[in-house]
Amino acid sequence: MNADRVIEIRSLNKSFGDFQVLTNVDLNVSLGERIVICGPSGSGKSTLIRCVNGLEQYDSGGITVDGISLSAPGGVDRVRAEVGMVFQQFNLFPHLTVIENLTLGPMKARGLSRKDADALAMEYLERVKIPEQAQKRPRDLSGGQQQRVAIARSLCMAPKIMLFDEPTSALDPEMISEVLDVMVELARDGMTMLVVTHEMGFARKVADRMVFMDGGEIVETGTPAEVFEAPKTQRFKSFLDKILQH
Amino acid sequence: MKRFFKIWMLLGACLFLAACSGDGTWGWYVIDPSTAQGQTNIRFLVGGFWATIQLSLIATALSMTIGLLVALPGMSSNRWIRLPSRVYIEFVRAIPLLPMLFWVFYGLPVVMRSLGFPITIDAFWGAIITLAISDSAFTAEIYRSGIQSIPKGQTEAARTVGLTYSQTMRYVVLPQAIRRILPPLANQFIYIVKMSAFASVIGMQELTRRANELVVTEYRPLEIYSLLILEYLVLVLIISFFVRWLERKMGADESR
Ligand SMILES: Nc1ncnc2c1ncn2[C@@H]1O[C@H](COP(=O)(O)OP(=O)(O)OP(=O)(O)O)[C@@H](O)[C@H]1O
Ligand SMILES: [Mg+2]
Repeated sequence: MNADRVIEIRSLNKSFGDFQVLTNVDLNVSLGERIVICGPSGSGKSTLIRCVNGLEQYDSGGITVDGISLSAPGGVDRVRAEVGMVFQQFNLFPHLTVIENLTLGPMKARGLSRKDADALAMEYLERVKIPEQAQKRPRDLSGGQQQRVAIARSLCMAPKIMLFDEPTSALDPEMISEVLDVMVELARDGMTMLVVTHEMGFARKVADRMVFMDGGEIVETGTPAEVFEAPKTQRFKSFLDKILQH
Repeated sequence: MKRFFKIWMLLGACLFLAACSGDGTWGWYVIDPSTAQGQTNIRFLVGGFWATIQLSLIATALSMTIGLLVALPGMSSNRWIRLPSRVYIEFVRAIPLLPMLFWVFYGLPVVMRSLGFPITIDAFWGAIITLAISDSAFTAEIYRSGIQSIPKGQTEAARTVGLTYSQTMRYVVLPQAIRRILPPLANQFIYIVKMSAFASVIGMQELTRRANELVVTEYRPLEIYSLLILEYLVLVLIISFFVRWLERKMGADESR
């Protein structure tokens, strides 16, 4: 095994009932690498990254994260401790304040004291530039602010890898950039990131590698320079044409 | 307000009937508070309140506990974990209360003895166990629908920030689901209060049993059972007043 390789996905297969969602997916991710996954709706992007932290189970193949196999006993829990995740719908805890959203994991899963957890939470709220919202409820924040809280909540658990599932798709256009800016900064700090997004500007700026999925398969991978210049497959080309048009 | 109107109507009707007691067909004297005998009888009847309330409260608390323990595995994605919970709920719902009461009171001690646990079950605990088990199938369903009303994303987010299954339930899911769970649970309490009347059959000295005993000595079923109904009515209306209040409070919380 390559010591640098933090995620290894080997011939992954998954189906929901009769419907094959993922077919022989292979993907390796190195430490610090930023990968952008794109593809048409229903192509299996969400399912793939949800497999990485065990939110979905796969039928065959294997996933190893930071040397821990997901199928090993207790593997899922150990992997989740290394992997943060940001969802399209934010999934903040509505009954807790912003700062309580951030401190819940550190206090319950890591056993931090309230004081230490609060300090940690404030540090990350500063990083996503909304420390003044700490005492509010999520519903009193704008969508962009909520998503930044969600990112900070994940970061509080000091993950080695961050998964993003269309983090800006549920946002009004004017709020997209504030979230992407936070993600760009995260990338600059060297975070290993797996990002499902159709924000091609973001992909161009931060992605080391682009992965194009269609029909449950990885159809093409390449650096942004390569794929934006000349996609190798017709499928990727027509997909890019479609999303770059508008 | 309409509810209170109904109580006054009923009280008025009773008083009217009491006024007729002189002509010999009515016997309201048995519960006439102005006579010594009436007072003794009323005190005897009302003395069942405490037992009924105690019975209902303990049975409800037990039912809420059993219900949660049944509901949680019932929501597992693994069907073998789900199965016992489904079987329990279907089974318990299918058994009428009275046969179950007889079985628990007369049969369960025999079963326990043969298993090497010689226990005696008195009427009080027999009634509580039966009421709790019978009601737990319903409370389990209340928990299930309340918990399932919380979006899956909440559980997923909780698990990804490192919470275990039980921490996720305790800190994320249940605090949100409680608004949908508490009002119907309180409603079940009313159901238990009414069903606790069956405990009279195995000799538990609660409201209904006392009324029955008094009827046997006084031969005035109409008057005594009327008062009995009034007793339940007062009890249930007080509780349902509280349930409404709870519903309003929870509903208001939700829209906050
Ligand atoms: N729990 C499920 N049960 C059944 N089918 C599912 C389930 N989750 C996803 N699918 C199906 O699997 C396919 C892939 O879903 P997935 O969410 O991974 O696609 P996606 O690439 O993320 O699409 P989108 O861009 O719309 O988010 C879809 O056809 C979807 O309908
Ligand atoms: Mg998706």
